[in-house]
Amino acid sequence: MITLKQAAEALNAQVACGEKLMGREVRMACGSDMMSDVLAYAKNKAVLLTGLLNIQVVRTADVSDIAAIVFVRDKHPETEVLLAAQNKDIPVLYTKCTMFEACGRLYALGLRGCTAKDAENR
Amino acid sequence: MEKRYTVEVDDFERAGAASISLKELLQKLGLAPETVRRIAIGTYEGEINCLIHGGGGVVIADITPHVITVRIEDHGPGIPDVEKAMQEGWSTASEEIRAKGFGAGMGLPNMKKVSDTFRIETEVGKGTTVIMGFSCV
Repeated sequence: MITLKQAAEALNAQVACGEKLMGREVRMACGSDMMSDVLAYAKNKAVLLTGLLNIQVVRTADVSDIAAIVFVRDKHPETEVLLAAQNKDIPVLYTKCTMFEACGRLYALGLRGCTAKDAENR
Repeated sequence: MEKRYTVEVDDFERAGAASISLKELLQKLGLAPETVRRIAIGTYEGEINCLIHGGGGVVIADITPHVITVRIEDHGPGIPDVEKAMQEGWSTASEEIRAKGFGAGMGLPNMKKVSDTFRIETEVGKGTTVIMGFSCV
């Protein structure tokens, strides 16, 4: 288990919203641009890493009880998307890392994937 | 208590609004967080399906102290082969929808996975209704 603050440091990330929630603990991560897969596999207390920028990223995170959203490859969503996340107390981070690099850094910190198979391999 | 939400045709920006309203209501009613999460995910998947395949429709949640039933009804083309539609990864969604992060063929199987009871009523040319039941105890 790590805090969002530790995750943000590892990703050299900018906190776009949710600065006060950086103490939130996370144990899993899900990296995908397919929200369908996130809905099917992500567990609560997971960090969602994505390059998709639309409002459905926040809605998916909301219904799935995702702990935080990380936008990779230095992508920034529209203000409306950021405000929706802020309104739902979902912290948003921006990192310049690619998806692969970002996932690797968080894995090295101890985060794991969300599926039962990932859990078996722990 | 019954709650009805309309899903507008091709209103992708608003997709998920019904699920989030329902989630907020269930949270206020004090349901267990994991139950709320299952209902929100199932309803959201249904709402997205209703929008991208059904041409819009309605979400009806019937809330009782023990069981919550969510019906998602559309008057779209119907599903010719339900068995195929229930296979993970099988989808008829357009490239445009995939580019928006949906249409991976996980919707219906995931709705079945998160619910306690699951039923599809569909007729080609008339529409589809998915009914999910969630036990609150």
